[in-house]
Amino acid sequence: MAGWSEHAGQAVALPLQNVDTDQLIPARFMTHSRSDGYGRFLLHDLRRDAGGNELAEFPLNRHPNASVVVAGHNFGCGSSREAAVYALVDAGIRAVIAPSFGEIFAGNAVNNGLLPAQVSEDDAAALIDRLKEASGPLRIQLETGRISQGDLDLGFTLEPSWRTKLINGWDDIDLTLHHLPEIARHRANQMHDNSWVRPKAGQSWP
Amino acid sequence: MSPPRTLLDRLWSAHEIVSHADGKSLLWVDRHLVHEGSHHAFAKLKARGAKLAEPELTFAVVDHYAPTRRHGQIADPRITRMLQTLRRNAEDHGIRLFDLDDREQGIVHVIGPEQGLTLPGLLINCGDSHTSTHGAFGALAFGIGATEVAHVLATQTIWQMKPAAMRLQIDGALGPGVSAKDIALNWISRLGTGGAKGHAIEYAGNAIRNLSMEGRMTLCNLSIEGGARMGMIAPDETTASYVKGRAFSPRGSAWDRAVEAWAQLHSDNEAEFDRDVRIDGADIAPTVTWGTSPEQALPVTANIPDPASEAHGNAQAVRDALDYMGLSAGRPIEGTPVDQVFVGSCTNGRIEDLRAAAAVLAGRKSKVPGLVSPGSSLVKAQAEQEGLDQVFIQAGLEWVASGCSMCVGMNGDLVAPGKRCASSTNRNFRGRQGPGALTHLMSPAMVAAAAVTGTITDVRPLLTGRTA
Repeated sequence: MAGWSEHAGQAVALPLQNVDTDQLIPARFMTHSRSDGYGRFLLHDLRRDAGGNELAEFPLNRHPNASVVVAGHNFGCGSSREAAVYALVDAGIRAVIAPSFGEIFAGNAVNNGLLPAQVSEDDAAALIDRLKEASGPLRIQLETGRISQGDLDLGFTLEPSWRTKLINGWDDIDLTLHHLPEIARHRANQMHDNSWVRPKAGQSWP
Repeated sequence: MSPPRTLLDRLWSAHEIVSHADGKSLLWVDRHLVHEGSHHAFAKLKARGAKLAEPELTFAVVDHYAPTRRHGQIADPRITRMLQTLRRNAEDHGIRLFDLDDREQGIVHVIGPEQGLTLPGLLINCGDSHTSTHGAFGALAFGIGATEVAHVLATQTIWQMKPAAMRLQIDGALGPGVSAKDIALNWISRLGTGGAKGHAIEYAGNAIRNLSMEGRMTLCNLSIEGGARMGMIAPDETTASYVKGRAFSPRGSAWDRAVEAWAQLHSDNEAEFDRDVRIDGADIAPTVTWGTSPEQALPVTANIPDPASEAHGNAQAVRDALDYMGLSAGRPIEGTPVDQVFVGSCTNGRIEDLRAAAAVLAGRKSKVPGLVSPGSSLVKAQAEQEGLDQVFIQAGLEWVASGCSMCVGMNGDLVAPGKRCASSTNRNFRGRQGPGALTHLMSPAMVAAAAVTGTITDVRPLLTGRTA
C-alpha cells in the first residue's frame, strides 16, 4: 500500500447519517474477487431506482470524479465487511469526512489507505452546506490534520498511529514481525501458566 | 495494593504482548474463527507467501452462504464457489472446518460457544462484527476486517487501541414477554447507534445475572449496533455450567485450573468506569424497530415518531426512514401488517429463542408465511427432539437448516422488494434482507406474535396462561 500525506481533489456531499456498510456494498456483490474491482458496487442500491437506473440527482452520480466524500455521523456502521472500503477505494475515493465512523470501518479504511477524517458536527454541516449544490475542490494535509475548501479551513482528528500508517503506507504484518520474540515468549508463558486455554485442554489426561 | 481494575483491564493485560507509545497494543488471539468471507484474507496471506501461524487455534465455519435447504445441488454457482474456496483454504492450512454436512455446523457465533471453543478469559476474533457475542462468557471478543483477519492468520496477534470502559447496569425484574433482545433495542434506542462508540460495554446488574447464557449472548451480540465493538459479562455459575463438558472445553485438572482463573474475571467494586449507564429493567417493554437503523426502535405500545417533533438534523433521517418503511408518523406501530416472519440468526437462533417463539405459536396458526432457521445443526436437532419443529410446521412456517439465512440474505433467503418482515435478526438496514426489503427487528416471541396476528403485535396478551 502506497503512503500519502496530501490530497487535493473534488469533494462531494452525501448528507446522510448512519451510512452502513450494507449500503456501501450490498451483500450480494461480495462473492467477487477483489481483482474484479469493487468500484461499480459502491452505494449500488442507494444510487439507483428500483428498476436499476441511476438516479440523476444522487451526489455520486452527479459527480463521478469525486475523490472525497463528506457525510453525516456514524459513517460505515454495521458489518465488518472490508469490501465496503474496497468499493470506496476502487471508485477513486481517498478520504471520507464525517463527525463519526463505525469503528471497524475506520480501521479497515486506514488499512487500505483511505482516510476517515473526523470533524465536528458543525464543520461537517458547514462543508455539506457548501457542497450541496455542486462538488468543489478540497485539500487534505495529513501531517497538519487540516482540510481546506475555498476559504474554509478546518481541523480533523485521527489516531496518531493511523496517521503514521497512512503516511508511510505501512503494513501491520511487517511491523508485527519485529515482535516475534515477544510473541513467542507470550505463547510459551501461556502454555506453561494457562494451558487450559488451548482447545481440548486436559482431554489426553482426563 | 494495586488499584481497582475493571474486567476489561484484566482481560486486556492478560493478552497484551507489546504496548506502543501511540496507544496501540499487540494482543494475543486465543481463538480465530473464519467463515466464507475470509477469502480476501487468505488471498492476502497467499500473496505474502505467509503460513498460518496457529492452525490449532483457527476454526472455519460455513454459515453466511449456507443453503438452508440442504437437499439437491446448490443452484447458484457463486455460492458453490464461496463454499469451495473456504474448504480449500481450510484444507491447505490444516484448519478444522465445520462444513455444511457436519452435525456441528452452524452460525459461527452459535457454534463457538456450543463447542466450548468460547471460554471465559479468552481473546476471540472473527471477521464479523457480531463477534461481540462471545463477550457473554467474559471474553474479549471483537469483529475485525479482512486485513486484520490476514494479520491474525499470519501472526495470531492483533493490534488494537484499548477502548474506554462503560458499565451498563440493568437492575430490576424484566416483565413477562421481555427478553434480552428488548433490553438491547431499548438501550440502543436511548443512546443511539453511536452511543457506545469507543467503549467496551460491561453489562452488569441483577437483570443481567438472571439472564441465561443464551440471553447474555443476544445482549452482547447487539453491542455493535450501539457502536461498541465489544460487550462483556463477568463469568459466574451460569457461565461455568454452560461451558462444562462441551467438545473443546477443558477437562480434568485443566478444568479445575480454568475455573480458578475465571474466578478472577470481574470488575473490582471500586473500579472506575469511563461511563456508567443505568436502566431499570421494569421500564423495558417488548420493543420493535420502526426505521432503518437499530436505534429507531420503540415499545410496541408506542406511536411511530413524527419528524416534525425531531431535532433539526434528525428530522430528515426520520422522514427518510418512514418513507422507505412506508409508515405514517404518529400512528401506533402495533397493528402494522407484515408479509412474512423470520426466526433465526446469531442474535436469536438459539434453543431458548426457538422455545420462546414456539411457546407463542403452539396450537396457533401463522397468518403469514415465514422461515425458522435454527442457529446450528445441534440446535436444530435439539429443537426436533423437543418437538418445536412440529409447532412451527403446524403453525404453517417453514422449518429449515441452519445458517445466517435471511438475516443477511447471502444464501438466497431473501425478503422480496417492498415486503415487510418481522424478524428476530440484528439489522434493519435498507436492503439488508434483500433489495427493497422492509425489516422490523424484535424478539423471537414478538416475531411469533406477529405471525399469529399477521401484524406487529404486543406478545404479552398472547402469553396469558402459557409458560414462555
